[in-house]
Amino acid sequence: MYKRLKKIKKLLPLYIMALPALVYLFINNYLPLTGMVVAFKDFDYSKGIYGSDWAGFRNFLFLFKNSVAFIITRNTILYNVAFIIINTFLGILVAILLSEVTSKKALKVYQTVILLPYLFSIVIISYLVFAFLSTDVGFINKGILEPLGKSTISWYNESKYWPIILPIVNTWKSFGFQATIYYANVISIDKSYYEAAQLDGASKLQQVRYITLVLLKPVIIMMILLAVGKIFYSDFGLFYQVTQNSGAIYSTTNTIDTYVYRTLIQTGDVGMSAAAGVYQSVVGFLIVLITNLLLRKISPEDSLF
Amino acid sequence: MKRMKVNKSALVAHIVLICFVLFCTLPTLLLVTSSLSDNDSVFRNGYSFWPKEWSLGAYRYMATQGQTIFRAYGISILTTFIGTISGLMLTAMLGYTLSRNELPGRKIINFLVFFTLLFNGGMVPTYLLYVNTLHVKNTIFALLLPNNILVNGFNVLLVRTYFNNNTPKELIESAMVDGAKEFRIFFSIIMPISKPILATVGLLIGIGYWNDWYNGLLYLTNTKLFSLQNYLNRILLDIQFMTQSMAGSAEAANALGKMPTITVRMAIAVIGILPLMMIFPFFQSYFARGMTVGAVKG
Repeated sequence: MYKRLKKIKKLLPLYIMALPALVYLFINNYLPLTGMVVAFKDFDYSKGIYGSDWAGFRNFLFLFKNSVAFIITRNTILYNVAFIIINTFLGILVAILLSEVTSKKALKVYQTVILLPYLFSIVIISYLVFAFLSTDVGFINKGILEPLGKSTISWYNESKYWPIILPIVNTWKSFGFQATIYYANVISIDKSYYEAAQLDGASKLQQVRYITLVLLKPVIIMMILLAVGKIFYSDFGLFYQVTQNSGAIYSTTNTIDTYVYRTLIQTGDVGMSAAAGVYQSVVGFLIVLITNLLLRKISPEDSLF
Repeated sequence: MKRMKVNKSALVAHIVLICFVLFCTLPTLLLVTSSLSDNDSVFRNGYSFWPKEWSLGAYRYMATQGQTIFRAYGISILTTFIGTISGLMLTAMLGYTLSRNELPGRKIINFLVFFTLLFNGGMVPTYLLYVNTLHVKNTIFALLLPNNILVNGFNVLLVRTYFNNNTPKELIESAMVDGAKEFRIFFSIIMPISKPILATVGLLIGIGYWNDWYNGLLYLTNTKLFSLQNYLNRILLDIQFMTQSMAGSAEAANALGKMPTITVRMAIAVIGILPLMMIFPFFQSYFARGMTVGAVKG
């Protein structure tokens, strides 16, 4: 016991170094956990979270009686599924193409350019989208549809187009990031496999099919499962900023995150908003646990915990 | 002449990759050419990749009437600077501590950091905490503190993994034999030999601050504190806000007709991405390396 105390005293400076960041995480990430009870309260600003009256599951009942609960859950999951499929496919494709490039200079240019959109804030991206889709001055209406003699489209008021637009925008932003990760794995494959295959007369496509993809499989599975773990969360900026918070297209753009925000800030219904948030946190966490179980079964060294 | 023999699969790769490069760059190009267009001509012909009438009007207007923009730009620079330096320090110190295997309680701290990545209280309790208890609303802290930009569990684990794999334990031990204290070991020995990871994490935090608009959206109503992203966010939906904030007064709003509203917005967006475009090619390898470190585990 004494020895342990002495050791802790000697290492005290290390604890002091760790302290500021831990205090921050405690305040930012752990204190709000207790505030989750607000979902079970009839929130009153003057009484605060803990002083407000209990409401039991009433907030949740209201949430799920409303058709909006189904819509936001459906949108969140379906968009995520689309994003996962597109990102995985393009990420692998671009990674394999990059591995065929031998010129160092060209490689660096490709890698830099495809990763650039990933660095743009979603506000900037909403400007890019606006430049294309603006009803009055957008490139698609003014530069393509009008010259072709077609009638212009009021993009921000037509919900049916957004299930196409949003995946394109998301792909633009994130395929380079996916490709970067897959590329690191493609180039780490032992070259002798390909040499042996070439000796056997395998075509390039056969090499991709029977060597690259087979050896990438664990990474692909891991990346997909990591994304599945986040399937209950959406990129708030993508669904709020890029759509310009347009009410006419909520049916195809409202997700759990945008609903929580709008209900809190625009409607001011703290209870409902918190209930949707708790629904997201709890189901989201269960999904993480399940995917981790799957990961541990498939490839134990890749499981998160 | 040997180079004339072109590898067929490499050729296909180049062609397809160039298509992807165009896919990535064309939208950005449209933003830039739009900002360089004549405002009236855009009214008539829309945004285009090759404007009928080129003009520097938007930038000229910004240079003379742009106090609000420069203020927002300044706030973005300030928060990015303060946030990145302090965030990097905090992250590195915690990550280093967690890399010291002999430390009692290390596993618990490790788990507490990791858990923040798996579960959070959600927007409402966080919002109520920052607004009602910590009173950060309409202060500069609203841009600095919320939302894990300062210290992110992922970054902490990234740094820890790097220190674990790349810092020779003998180095620390021999420094201790020489009588160096923990603080000295960290600041004069560990930090200087860990530049790659510090650059990666610093870049991640810096981009996080520069691009952040979410904190301002939630916690700022005082437009004087708006960062560039918040300003951009606001004027996209509310053109009146731009004319008023730039003109500054009602009578100046008479000059409103002269303001190139459509192109100025694009010009502000362009100066918003300019810093990223300029530094990124030099940091690309650090960024890619940071992203591909797979071994982030609890």
